[in-house]
Parts: sequence; structure tokens; C-alpha cells
Amino acid sequence: MFSRIFNLLFISLGLMSFGMTSYAATPTEPLWPTLKIAYFGDKVIEEDANDLLVIEAPKRAEDAAIVPITVKSLVPQSADKYIKNIHIVIDNNPEPYSANFHLSPELGLIDISTRMRVDQYTFVRAIAEMNDGSLHMVSRFVKASGGCSAPAGKDAAAALARLGKMQIRMRTPTIGESVQAQVIISHPNYNGLQFDQASRRYIPAHYVKKINITYNEKPIISVDAGISISEDPSVRFTFTPTENGILKADVVDSQGQTFSQQKEL
Amino acid sequence: MKTLSNILGLCAFVFLSVGCADEHYSVSEVTTGIFYHQGVDEDATESNIGAIANVGFIIGEKCVAVIDSGGSYLEGRYLRREIKSHTDLPICYVINTHVHPDHILGNAAFKEDAPEFIGHEKLPAAIAARQSYFAKTFQQILGKAYVGTEFIDPSLTVSVGEPITIDLGNRVLTLTAYSTSHTDNDLTVLDNTTKTLWTGDLLFIKRIPALDGSINGWLKTMHQLQTMDLNFVIPGHGKAGSKQWQQGLIDQIRYFTVLRTEIRKIIDNMGTIDEATETVGLEEAKNWELFPLYHRRNITASFVELEWE
Repeated sequence: MFSRIFNLLFISLGLMSFGMTSYAATPTEPLWPTLKIAYFGDKVIEEDANDLLVIEAPKRAEDAAIVPITVKSLVPQSADKYIKNIHIVIDNNPEPYSANFHLSPELGLIDISTRMRVDQYTFVRAIAEMNDGSLHMVSRFVKASGGCSAPAGKDAAAALARLGKMQIRMRTPTIGESVQAQVIISHPNYNGLQFDQASRRYIPAHYVKKINITYNEKPIISVDAGISISEDPSVRFTFTPTENGILKADVVDSQGQTFSQQKEL
Repeated sequence: MKTLSNILGLCAFVFLSVGCADEHYSVSEVTTGIFYHQGVDEDATESNIGAIANVGFIIGEKCVAVIDSGGSYLEGRYLRREIKSHTDLPICYVINTHVHPDHILGNAAFKEDAPEFIGHEKLPAAIAARQSYFAKTFQQILGKAYVGTEFIDPSLTVSVGEPITIDLGNRVLTLTAYSTSHTDNDLTVLDNTTKTLWTGDLLFIKRIPALDGSINGWLKTMHQLQTMDLNFVIPGHGKAGSKQWQQGLIDQIRYFTVLRTEIRKIIDNMGTIDEATETVGLEEAKNWELFPLYHRRNITASFVELEWE
């Protein structure tokens, strides 16, 4: 299923480069019915699943290039019943399917944040896929930023210069207690939609595709990321270390480059 | 006579949608031969035709340099008309101080003058990265005022560390490119004759500054500007003149220093962007126009930069 979704990603990127006009104005027709079929087929999605999930996003995208988005679960993960995946869809972005977080059943309460590019007025959706395959959605409406903010990097040279540099940031944890951690990768995350006047070509997409986070080699969170993720991708999450060990993040980008960072707890 | 009928034609064309705003569009003289139109402290709208930034021109003995062309094609037309009412000399340069729409969207209004368009070496890449987004957004925001707008790349660029001079006829301008500050493509224009500096958006007076580059870089550049020996300054936004700019720089340095200090604390304590936007720099609100529109965004932009210190 996920490879199908990312095939769609490339199909729509292809279309995009044939006609930039197709991405000219804020769509007046809601895209979601079409997107739902494209990404989830004829499966039933429970809407307004507010007893299971919360999505937080600013009402207005202050900076179109960096919009913090947080998803929290209200029911703790358990071996019998857990959220397997959280899909993020941003309806009016050039590539709406934005990320898929694969989650461990041992994560407890989910609390994940990332930063996205938001091009225009849009719904931002989180769709939880349970271990039984059922789908549950929450959404928020985000207004575009006005003014001179664009979903482009601020200092492409600085971002490229530190490409691949990574940080795992967290307070000193207490074993057995939940702790917040953040993985950041310095990466320009080029979305493939930028036209280079000099070469008369689109700058090829070059973005972080996969972020695998493990503790003592057991997966905690793994992210399939798309081009909506901001420059210098960031994933913030909570987890509970049950013993001392190594928190590790492995990253793969769309050109096959790999980056890695670990922290001993 | 021909110019007059052109103006009337233009006026009739825009009358239906935005009113004939050009009656109110005028420039004032900062010092001999240097004119500017002060932008309004608003976000761009169809009714203000995007004329929110300071734009203007310098007249030499041979020709005229335009410094920033306006926030829409229509503002570019009005600015060109003002130039024509002050001089018959040709327009030989259009200088863009950086990529933001309120400074470049009027460029196409000067195409018929076949000027040299000048910008920072990173301006072409910055235009390429934002063009489709700006086109889509500003078409909607500016409506009729946008019609005719084109994105025009500089035909001459200035590199960081290698200022260039251009001569308007017994009037030499020095163009200096900066490393990432307000944006990664900031350029200033110094008129050596009168010691007048056009700062572009390196300086906002009264209007809240907007960060689209680097907080550390911009602070460094502001300290550099403070040491300059100048008679007049035309900021990117706010009043031009001989007095306001020193205090303007002090205010802007204080604002970004407060932001940087408080954000660093939050980052050191593993805090989030959301925490920062809710708590940082709120005491600055009383000092700035349009504070709610850009303050949170400045925090967001600073936060993701300071995270890498």
C-alpha cells in the first residue's frame, strides 16, 4: 500500500512538471473525496475520531515553510489494540500525501510533532490506521500565511553546507518514565518544484525519504516522508526507555544517501 | 501630451476595480535628486495595490536609477509616472534590494526603458524558488493591480564582499551585497554624493521587521550599518530622513536580541516552537506596527536557525 502511495507521489510530481498552471490557485472544490480514493481506496474512514486522536496545528501558517504539526493519541498503545500507522495528508499541497508514521505497539500514548510546508489554505489531516486495519481521522484547517513568506528555504547555501548533520535532543531520561526526544536532520529537502532559470530545468527533488528511530535496535517510530516536510526535517516524540540503551536514528534521502546518529541513555 | 493620454488610459483601466489610486500616489524628496514613496504599514491588498514598501529613484546628470520597483505592476507604473514628471532623463538601472514581492513586482513596468536590472548574486535563485508561489498568491491578493506583473531576473548581479559602483552621471552609487541577513539576497545602495543609504529591508522603522534569512546574520549586519557615516537613510519600511535611522537600528537590534536570548533559553530547555511563539518577546508588542502579523513567524524562523548553534 505504501509503495502505491509513493508511486502516486511520483505520478503527481510528473504531472506537476508538465504544467505548473495546474497548481495556480486555491482549489475551490474540496479535494479530499478524490484524495481519499487515491490513498485509501474504498475503505471506510471514521471521521472526527476525536476520542482517539488529537491534531494540533496553528490556525494560520505563520511561516509557510515551517508549520509545526502535532498528533497525539488519547488511548495508550497495547498489544491487542494499537495505532499501526498515522498518515498525514495536506489537501492543497502540491503533493498532499505528506508522511506516514509507523508506530510501535510499545509506545504508550502517542505524541509526535513534525514541521511541514503549507502552501495555501488547506485541511491538514491525520488518519490513524489501527492494527485491525480500521481507519480513524481528525483534521484541522490551516490558513495560509500572507505576505512574503514562501514555502522555500531561507538560506539554501547554509542548509546544503550542513547537509546530513544530525541531532538527537532530549533531557536526561529516568528509566521507566516517559521522555520527549527530538531527531533533526539538516537537509534542504528540495521539493522538485523549483525552476532553475539558468538551466531552464526543474531542480530535482532531493528530500529525506525515511527516518527510522530505534531503541536498543527495536523500532519505535519509522517515518516515510514526502516533499511537504520542511527543510531540516524534525521528528519530536515521546517514548519510555525501560532499560539503559541506545537511541538511534537512521535516515535515507531520495538520492540514497544515508545518515545516522545515536545517543546512549 | 502622449504621456498624459497614457496616464488617462491607465487610469480608466484601473478605475473600475481599484479606484484611481494614482491621484494619491506621489513621491517626496529626501535630499537633492533622491525621491521615495513611503509604503503604508499594511499587508498587501488590492486597494493598496501592494504599495507597502519604500520605493523610489535617484536622478543623476545622465540617467535615473530606480531602487525597488513596487509591490505590483500597477505600483511600478505609478512610480514610473512620478519619475517622468521629475525628469526627462532615461531610466538606466532598476535595482532590486531583495526578492520580496513588495520590492520586485513592479519590475515589468520598466521593461520599455530597457534598463539594466541589478540584484544580489543570489537573487535569481531566490526568485526561482518563490516565483510560482508568489505568482499564485499575489494574483489573488492584488487582483487587477497584479495584471502585467512579471518576474524579471537581474541582468547584472553583485557578489558578497565585492561591492560595485554605477555612475548616473556625476553621481556614483555603491551597491553592496550582504551575506544572509533579512534574506539571503540583501543589497544596499549608497549615494556617495549625499551619503544617503537605501537599506532595503535591512531596516524597518516602526513596522515590525520580518525575518526571512538569518537572525544571527541580520544582527551582525545591523551592527555593521550602525557604524556607517550617513546623512540620510531610506529604510525598506518607515520614514526616510536624517534622524530616525539610528534609533530604528537600535530598536531593531533590541527586538531581535530579545528574541534570540529568549529562544535560546527555550531550546536549551528542550522546549518547542509552539512554546516559543506563545511566550517570547510579548513585551515588544507595544513598539511595533503589525506586530501580530509577523512576530510569531519571526520566532519560528529564528527557532529553526538557533536549533543548529
